[in-house]
Amino acid sequence: MRDVVIVGAATTQFGRAQWSLLKLMAEAAHGAITDAGIERKKIDAVYVANMGSARNNRQAGIASALVDRMNLYPVAADTIENGPASGASAVKNGFLAVASGMYDCVLVVGGERMQEVNNFEATEFVSYLSHRFAEYIYGITLPALAGMFARLWMQKYGVTSEHLAMVAIKNHANALLNPASHLKMPIAMEGLLHSPDSAMNNPFVADPLRFFDCCPVSDGAAAVLLAPADLAKNFKKTPIVISGIGQATDTQAVHERPDPTVLTAVQTASRKAFAMAKLEPKDISLAELHDAFTILEIAQSEQVGFFPEGEGHLALERGVTQITGKLPINASGGLKAKGHPVGATGVSQIVELALQLRGEAGKRQVKNPRHGFALNFGGFGNNVVATILSKGA
Amino acid sequence: MMDHLEAMLRPPKLDMAPYPAKHILLANGETMVVRSASLDEVDVLLDAIDPLRTLDRDFYDVVGARLYAELLGWKRHRVRNEYCLVGVIDGELAGIVNGRMFDEKHGISYHTLTLKRGLRIGAHLFASKMEHHIEYLGQDEVWIVAESPIGHRRWMIEYPLQQKFSIQHELGGAPSWVLTRETYFKAKSRLVSGARPVPAHLLEKSYPIRKPDLRTMLIQIGETLEAKL
Repeated sequence: MRDVVIVGAATTQFGRAQWSLLKLMAEAAHGAITDAGIERKKIDAVYVANMGSARNNRQAGIASALVDRMNLYPVAADTIENGPASGASAVKNGFLAVASGMYDCVLVVGGERMQEVNNFEATEFVSYLSHRFAEYIYGITLPALAGMFARLWMQKYGVTSEHLAMVAIKNHANALLNPASHLKMPIAMEGLLHSPDSAMNNPFVADPLRFFDCCPVSDGAAAVLLAPADLAKNFKKTPIVISGIGQATDTQAVHERPDPTVLTAVQTASRKAFAMAKLEPKDISLAELHDAFTILEIAQSEQVGFFPEGEGHLALERGVTQITGKLPINASGGLKAKGHPVGATGVSQIVELALQLRGEAGKRQVKNPRHGFALNFGGFGNNVVATILSKGA
Repeated sequence: MMDHLEAMLRPPKLDMAPYPAKHILLANGETMVVRSASLDEVDVLLDAIDPLRTLDRDFYDVVGARLYAELLGWKRHRVRNEYCLVGVIDGELAGIVNGRMFDEKHGISYHTLTLKRGLRIGAHLFASKMEHHIEYLGQDEVWIVAESPIGHRRWMIEYPLQQKFSIQHELGGAPSWVLTRETYFKAKSRLVSGARPVPAHLLEKSYPIRKPDLRTMLIQIGETLEAKL
């Protein structure tokens, strides 16, 4: 297999889009192409990550539609739908296409426009990820699954509501440094949990998870341009190497897992990515984890292997995961505050790592990063993609 | 000196108990003072609302235009027993709610407008409005309609309000929903926040009301600047 590098990366503003999904995706794609400094005709294939355009935006075959919108004919084009892990899945498929030698230049775009429907519909649509007959028909939602998971995790490891709030406070603070983030608003512990007014400020959504423990419903798009390492000199930006990718699956229904607090797919995908990159968790300079709910950042930080079992919240307490800490997690603001347009999320995590490794992350720049890790978590951990990016030699 | 004709144009008034100011600690650590606005303060409220009347985002245009008219009507003494509560953070206007007494026992909720979003300011202010009607004006019912899906979720579902479709709410088309004393007191511990009295230094800082910077406000509300400036 050939080594594959990221030669262009871009994201749109996350939040509520003024534009159609296609225009959002085109904006991100154009940004990545411009970032790489290449002509469009050099692109061989386009992979588009999206979860709900057919339902929410009345547009199926989104990859074909994007090619048409951008006048990229006759490139090959595929849509990748893998729930909230669609983004990293699309990057993986783009990687495979370049690594195999089938294509030299692949554009990967992830996008979602969720605010075209109201919040009830958006929650309903995301609930399609659950097991149709064991979960969905009983009214389960992703916040409900995360709430039950959080309760178990808190009982097992002594995590408190304050720890969950600390994740939210950290990621909101990071998002203030990210011009593309959805939520640009600091939050504070007292108003979240310790004031008589907290019940109204931060009501329960799915006990023990509260309003500020949950990511927003966002629109947005992100894109990367992939090429073989030996052609990297043809592009204007420092190439960032995709050094490891791992993917794994788990039972769709969470209750079928021997221990619901063990995210087997996270562990397996991470282990595979580290093995491919010939790296260990201690080698990682920064990570973008899938904090759709605050508890997930804590749980994933352990199950990826960054911290021992039951100690993710202790690392958080010590400030290890702050931008200035030893292992910054979600310097972008994460899904919690940067936002979570589901199809875009995995690609945007990769964009963030690429910008950080290039030293182009502005006010949220992590000091001298060498290797970055991204975890894109589909369903409730039933399909997980881990990606490791590295600075070139 | 009011002339005879003007006196005839003005509606008769019922006595209205004042709303005692309170303070609420928000999720971002800032403190919001919720207090009555006076007629002297209407002009600054109108100035703040004015750019929102054409903002096609989450029904800000409808709510902005109607609230503007209601407050202007209040200022010019054309609405009977109207009141207005404001949320003020460090002197800056964060939100407005208004309503009026229909009669001694029935209140009418008009509008809720948030100028600083994401901190549940609208929810706090709506709850304050219900508190005013039930606890201070001593009314039995408040009639309510929502003009946006956000309002419907916050009021009809969150309280939850009861349908009272036999009542025609004076805001127009939609049938009315109602908050009764019973519903209010059931929801109070969950939805009504704030502490009294407001420390003197905080209350003092809530005067005079300063309108938010237009750019900041529009970014907060989620409109592109190019569309408005």
